[in-house]
Amino acid sequence: MHWFANPARFVRLADRILPVAMLLCFGLFATGLYWALILSPADYQQGSSVRIMYVHVPSAYMAMFCYLVMAAAGFSTLVWRHPLADVAGKAVAPIGLAFTGLALATGSLWGKPMWGAWWVWDARLTSVLVLFFLYLGYLAIWGAFDDRSKAARAAAILALVGVINLPIIKFSVDWWTTLHQPASLFRADGPRIDPSMRPPLYLMLAAFQTYFVVIFLWRMKAGLAALKLQALGAMPSPKQNHEQRHDQHHEQNLATRTEEAL
Amino acid sequence: MLRAFFILMMRDIGLSYKQGGAAGLVIAFYAVAISLFPFGVGPDSAILARIAGGVLWIAALLSALLSLDRLFQADYEDGTLDALALGPLPLPLVVLAKALAHWLAMLLPLVILSPLFGLMLHLEAQALPTLFLALLIGTPALSLLGAVAAGLTVAVRRGGALIALLVLPLYIPTLIFGVGAVDAVDGLASVSANLNFLGGLSLMFAVLGPLATAGALRLAME
Repeated sequence: MHWFANPARFVRLADRILPVAMLLCFGLFATGLYWALILSPADYQQGSSVRIMYVHVPSAYMAMFCYLVMAAAGFSTLVWRHPLADVAGKAVAPIGLAFTGLALATGSLWGKPMWGAWWVWDARLTSVLVLFFLYLGYLAIWGAFDDRSKAARAAAILALVGVINLPIIKFSVDWWTTLHQPASLFRADGPRIDPSMRPPLYLMLAAFQTYFVVIFLWRMKAGLAALKLQALGAMPSPKQNHEQRHDQHHEQNLATRTEEAL
Repeated sequence: MLRAFFILMMRDIGLSYKQGGAAGLVIAFYAVAISLFPFGVGPDSAILARIAGGVLWIAALLSALLSLDRLFQADYEDGTLDALALGPLPLPLVVLAKALAHWLAMLLPLVILSPLFGLMLHLEAQALPTLFLALLIGTPALSLLGAVAAGLTVAVRRGGALIALLVLPLYIPTLIFGVGAVDAVDGLASVSANLNFLGGLSLMFAVLGPLATAGALRLAME
């Protein structure tokens, strides 16, 4: 992992992974969506609205996966002060927020025909809603600090407190009430979903995962580029004000000469 | 070390009842917030009795929240926190002392008053002792978790609204088990199971909360 401590090395690796991941992502989405929306059978009770599942389940899974990535990034920020961990945490949070929002939206759209209501205070919906709030808090704390490294560590502490709390919240909400169907894909005794619906669902899960890889690497590269620009003085950090602009010009000349070194 | 712990705790309790301390205001807020509910949902005693447990718990959460932004703020601004960090007491224990002081000064009075408000909301008489016990066991978790958010936002200007966003989602398990205990008095669920979970939450955050808060305060003091 410390091999990646050099951002330039990371960017080189990312540039090698990105084209492959992008190709995979397009391929998986094309086959997955075709299979899910056209080839796969309609449910005998739910009709075609069961097809919402092929978007809903992967986004709910990605919502949790992103939080785990965020917490892992927070852990390596605090323990190893890994230079890329801050960038990773900041890169992954909006992706997770988007997937959580997508899971809530598709869940709501699925709930209307199935349960007869756009929103039901059932255990799973509620815990995903809480997850959404945790993402918002994480992003808010990134925005609250002027000092980037302090923001990174405060956000990391919050992500870790959140990841310890997530199972408790999940458990307490389950205790509170349940109307949602119990877990049917990831079970100890094997999936309980009809075999004909499994392949498109797995394809969609893989498609979402590769989509995450593409966006995550893009955001990491963008974050690193922004850091580099900030170090070169070309982009004002939030703390700098306009009066400092004119010596930035001087710094920039200096910076172009030292860019190789960086 | 134990002596330093108690001196710090007594100092904080004393400060919250002196002029400029918020303890009185928090109690007043609790009373006003609860009395808003009958205006909101109507004076029907059956409805009020049904929601009383939730109302009292949510009012307690919001009262705790109201006083959290001052938990470390004053000590951070005048440098007392730096002195405490250098003192004989490890920083997590400083946090624990201050969180306990917050609970004793701000939340314990609410817990003691809660049966009275329960009566006003027509809560059944047999549910009142459970309500009192649930609040007594569960509210320390509010101070301990709140300390984490207060520590994270101590160096942030206008941190008050941020604290609410950070801490309220984390209060949900305490709220669920707290209200669960009060609602379980009708015999459909187990009161003691809910109380056990509340105690477990308070004890867990007594360990994890001060550690996380100490980390947050250290980075604020850099």
